[in-house]
Amino acid sequence: MMKSRTIRMLTATMTIAVLVAACSGGTASTAPSGPVVLGDTTIRSNEHEPVPASSVKAMVDYCETQTGVGAPVEISNHNDFQDQFNAYMQATPEDIVKWFTGERLRFPARNSLLTPIDDVWQTIAANYTEGLAKASQGDDGKKYAVPIVSYPWVILYRKSFFEEKGYTVPKTWEEFVALAEKVQADGLIPLAFADKDGWPAMGTFDVLNMRLNGYQFHAVLLAGKEKWTDPKVQAVFQKWAELLPYTQPDPLGRTWQEGAQTWANNEAAMYFLGTFASQQVAPENLDDVDFFPFPTLGTEFDSELGIDAPVDAWILSKAPKNLPAAKAMLTCFATPEAQLAFLGEDHSQIPAANVTDTSSFTPQQTKMAEIIGASGGVAQFLDRDTRSDFAGAQGMQGLLQDFIKNPSQDLAAYTAKIQGVYDSLPPQ
Amino acid sequence: MTSDHGVAAPPPIGVGAATVSRPKGRSRVSRRDKWILALLLGIPAFVHIFLVWVPTLASVVLSFTSWNGIGGLDRIRFVGIDNYQVLATVYPPFWPAIAHNLIWLGVFLFIATPLGIFFAVLLDKELRGTRFYQGALYLPVVLSLAIIGFIAQLFLSTDEGLVNGVLGGFGVKPVDWFGDSSLNLWAVLIFASWRQVGHVMILYLAGLKGVDPTLREAAKVDGATAIQTFFRVIFPVMRPINIVVLVITVIESLRAFDLAFIINRGTNGLELLSTLVTNNIIGEASRIGFGSAIAVILLVVAVGPIIFYLTRTLREEAR
Repeated sequence: MMKSRTIRMLTATMTIAVLVAACSGGTASTAPSGPVVLGDTTIRSNEHEPVPASSVKAMVDYCETQTGVGAPVEISNHNDFQDQFNAYMQATPEDIVKWFTGERLRFPARNSLLTPIDDVWQTIAANYTEGLAKASQGDDGKKYAVPIVSYPWVILYRKSFFEEKGYTVPKTWEEFVALAEKVQADGLIPLAFADKDGWPAMGTFDVLNMRLNGYQFHAVLLAGKEKWTDPKVQAVFQKWAELLPYTQPDPLGRTWQEGAQTWANNEAAMYFLGTFASQQVAPENLDDVDFFPFPTLGTEFDSELGIDAPVDAWILSKAPKNLPAAKAMLTCFATPEAQLAFLGEDHSQIPAANVTDTSSFTPQQTKMAEIIGASGGVAQFLDRDTRSDFAGAQGMQGLLQDFIKNPSQDLAAYTAKIQGVYDSLPPQ
Repeated sequence: MTSDHGVAAPPPIGVGAATVSRPKGRSRVSRRDKWILALLLGIPAFVHIFLVWVPTLASVVLSFTSWNGIGGLDRIRFVGIDNYQVLATVYPPFWPAIAHNLIWLGVFLFIATPLGIFFAVLLDKELRGTRFYQGALYLPVVLSLAIIGFIAQLFLSTDEGLVNGVLGGFGVKPVDWFGDSSLNLWAVLIFASWRQVGHVMILYLAGLKGVDPTLREAAKVDGATAIQTFFRVIFPVMRPINIVVLVITVIESLRAFDLAFIINRGTNGLELLSTLVTNNIIGEASRIGFGSAIAVILLVVAVGPIIFYLTRTLREEAR
């Protein structure tokens, strides 16, 4: 088994070597200064839905023409791929794989399932902010990912609806509560809410924790170095209990798409979610969508404006079949041009790289970039920032649902239960 | 051999020879027979051992370890009974899962299965259109649970489901059938029972068809009512089928999985031992050892009724 794989890899490498030699030999005679022909690499994408799948294709097509590298793309179902990721990365993965940053990146890096790409980063570092460079690192400080797109978690609303009802965008908690009460007086739901999927509620925890206790505490807590039993964490749930009367009832039976529908149909005035929620809005109403950051809570961390802005990225598998071609491809993926090609007509995200020419941005994209840029603490999202066996259905997903069901429960006992689950996990 | 030799042709050497001519002084089973026997028994035994018992034992061993499924076997750490301890004391969904499995068993045992038997008895009376009723009741068994899950969503979705639509017509506030953790298990059990009733019905009906009609006639002559005939005569005669139905009921309740998993991956009120195993072993966060411990508990619970069933039948055959 092991042997046959080695042989197969050897043969593959030799074939590529011969091909590369043959090709470069051919070109070398005619154009000695021409580009080196690198051959082909392979790509695995976890985007099976039409819009993101065509985004990946646009990006790969662009970089194929830029680098001369051929890169066939294999596609997996998004959620299935997530479930099979560990097994897939240990078997015979494609060279380049679409994945995430944060702990979800550090975990495979720690388990030697990835190839570090520090040499690629020497070329592309200038394209990214310091925060994104850090988000692309493993525990060992080496770089393992090339971020491509990002989007913020914000409160979305429809401009025409706010105008019609005379609502104004709230900046502080007090303004938000006043608005929410006005919306309720109008017989509507202030804030759409859905958590059947288990993960959307994490966004609320993240933002409340960052607003009340700061980004630093949030990051350290999710890294397991602060205790969930800390009274600061109880304060987060207390605040959440104050928010719940203004959110849509019965969230646990509703998917985020259904929640987005109630907001898109003006049954709820606002929705706190990633900007991808606008995918549920009818295309002719997309220009009507606007959003603002979660209100400040009157703490010392108000000015920090901590926010969840998850980043999607490309990673390089453990034993790529054609390392130089894969690295050339990744270098291209890091350019703003490639990322703009990726986004194409999809305006619900922004490129991860610094874009100098933002003329192609919609007003919403410009605002996304501003909101992320204005934040002094950009988190990924709870299930990307903490270990996945803690974040999953058997951990925080169920625990947060437990809180939503019964927000008036004894918070000391509740947070002790969370810490108990964390402590019961095996050392990493 | 070839197909052209007639009935009177001499028996071919080998199988025929050993069973027909029985030469004295030699073993009744030739060497070739032994080989064939060994092969015929050996292949299934091999398959059985390697596909059933080796993985089972491996699960038991793994349940005392901690392993995230990455790297070689050398990355497996033995942790003693830690996994079981965490299950019983810390892991929040464990006791709810046990409770839900027991509720599932109770509903099947006391509602769905008796209902299936009742339908079988009714249909055995050769009503008009009995084929239609049989088909209608058996239909959910033919449908995969994935499809039943889909049908359940069509009926019970909070905002778009049929039931809330109809209730809304009477001014009832929409009910969150799948999200309310005090309701969703019962909603799921209605659909699971719908299937179980058909399953039991068809098994029992087949059994009823095999009951000697003279028994019924004798009971009638003795003046027994229909109810007396069933409980005093038919039901006791059906004992082998009863045991099969009982075992199937227990096993179906323990391996309940699909519906709960389709609706919300077995969380928020729909925790079952089987969904806990899946959530722990499959998925990005593999806790192979921990998931194995849950699987072992499920195994122990499931093996109980199977042993009960086997000892009963074996003892009966010995009689």
